Amino acid sequence: MQQDIFRITENREIAPSVFRMKAEGDTKAITKPGQFVNILLDGFYLRRPISVCDVNENSITVIYKVVGDGTKLMSSMKEGESLDILTGLGNGYDLSLSGNRPLLLGGGVGVPPLYLLAKELRAQGKEVTAVLGFNTGEEVFYEKEFKDLGVKTLVTTADGSYGIKGFVTDAMNDIDYTYFYTCGPEPMLKAVYDLSETEGQFSFERRMGCGFGACMGCSCKTRNGFKRICKEGPVLMKEEIIWED
Amino acid sequence: MGRLSVDLCGIELDNPVIPASGTFGYGYEFAEVYDINCLGTFSFKGTTREERFGNPTPRIAESASGCVNAVGLQNPGVDKVISEELPRLKKVFHKPVMANVSGFSIDEYVYVCEKLDKEDQVGWLEVNISCPNVHGGGMSFGTDPKAATEVTKAVKAVTNKPVIMKLSPNVTDIVAVAKACEDAGADAVSLINTLMAMRIDIKRRKPILGNVTGGLSGKAVFPVALRMVYQTSKALSIPVVGLGGVSTAEDVIEMMMAGASAVQVGAANLIDPWACKKIIEDLPAALDKLGIKDIKDIIGAAH
Repeated sequence: MQQDIFRITENREIAPSVFRMKAEGDTKAITKPGQFVNILLDGFYLRRPISVCDVNENSITVIYKVVGDGTKLMSSMKEGESLDILTGLGNGYDLSLSGNRPLLLGGGVGVPPLYLLAKELRAQGKEVTAVLGFNTGEEVFYEKEFKDLGVKTLVTTADGSYGIKGFVTDAMNDIDYTYFYTCGPEPMLKAVYDLSETEGQFSFERRMGCGFGACMGCSCKTRNGFKRICKEGPVLMKEEIIWED
Repeated sequence: MGRLSVDLCGIELDNPVIPASGTFGYGYEFAEVYDINCLGTFSFKGTTREERFGNPTPRIAESASGCVNAVGLQNPGVDKVISEELPRLKKVFHKPVMANVSGFSIDEYVYVCEKLDKEDQVGWLEVNISCPNVHGGGMSFGTDPKAATEVTKAVKAVTNKPVIMKLSPNVTDIVAVAKACEDAGADAVSLINTLMAMRIDIKRRKPILGNVTGGLSGKAVFPVALRMVYQTSKALSIPVVGLGGVSTAEDVIEMMMAGASAVQVGAANLIDPWACKKIIEDLPAALDKLGIKDIKDIIGAAH
């Protein structure tokens, strides 16, 4: 974990209510795809945890959806403005288990952390397939970016207005994969869990207090005991997940 | 004794700054990012007899200048705290630690205190009779002077370590509860725990917190805490540990002027992991600015 003041270099809407922000600062605490950052916003008490979409030596990219007052304020920020960000939070995805043909399944703003994962898996020479799920065609983002990495990319939309009609799980049956990684809304994660035929890793989202393991605000039960989504997560292994409700 | 040092029940603290229970875990998350030996001490996560998962999530809801939490005393239970957490802590923290104890019955408080009493690393027992987020225990002991008396007496009977009773602000008269603790033999009181509160998700028309209600902390509660510390310390002769929304060196000074002998910092740790370290580093300059030579001189200065 590290704290730095980042300077915004880009903040633009890439799909309705979905923004991509790039910011420059010290990124060395970010070591794995699937980790997140926690952003302090003026006038809001708690930070906003947002997954890392891409990173290089001095810059991060995050993609976020405007869902409340905090993200609304964030979306109004301009290039050159600064942000206090905690970086290097969460465990991130374990790439070593991917096999040769990993499948990535993302839903909505669950897609961004899979981008960095895809990039690193491609760098290892893996044959990566990604299924990106959205509600409608106009909400689709990052299809081209995934394709540019050399990832076989399929898009599903719930209303069928673009790509395959249905959910990411409607596309996964026809794909031959060795392992999977997924991030998205919890009903989607549960559906992937039920339909998947291999082991895999799931990234979860929770309301958090601190984002670094101090407050126990985001705990969950797993087959390996209690875990904090922010510290021992957000990525959990398929075999350890206990679904509640 | 340095200019920042204070005495808390016969144990000298290098400075009055103490991370509050529930915002600092068992210390390691913070020890990873700074040397926590700069702290006066810290109060570790509320510990009960058995392991507890706590409340269903969501456990946290934001509010103006604060947040509402309903964690519900998640902890590994006193035996694991002694066999696993304390040995791990020993490697990174070399001062007496404040052991925060919770319970659902007088027997449970006694059981946990008796076990922690035998641990050399533990300097003080902070007995939480004010948790608003558990049912059938916790705060119910801290809202009735008679029950507070009973817990204090029972705990004092099984330990020689200083006992600090942690009090709830969710009462009509906090001074009466504090006085009952003092009369029952408490060595100090700490206040305030969180203020009972809630938030509703107006889109779903449902409470945000899994537990429905929770406890408000953060900057928003500072003036309330300050008022209660002021009133309580005026009425008591034992030390008062002040907490509630403290976020800066100036807040520490203000809380001490209200009558606090030491000051805990809670929610601020969740937003800035380095908050306590920064407060301690900022204190000398903040004292200089006010012409204060020794921080001990300002305890109760506003009385």
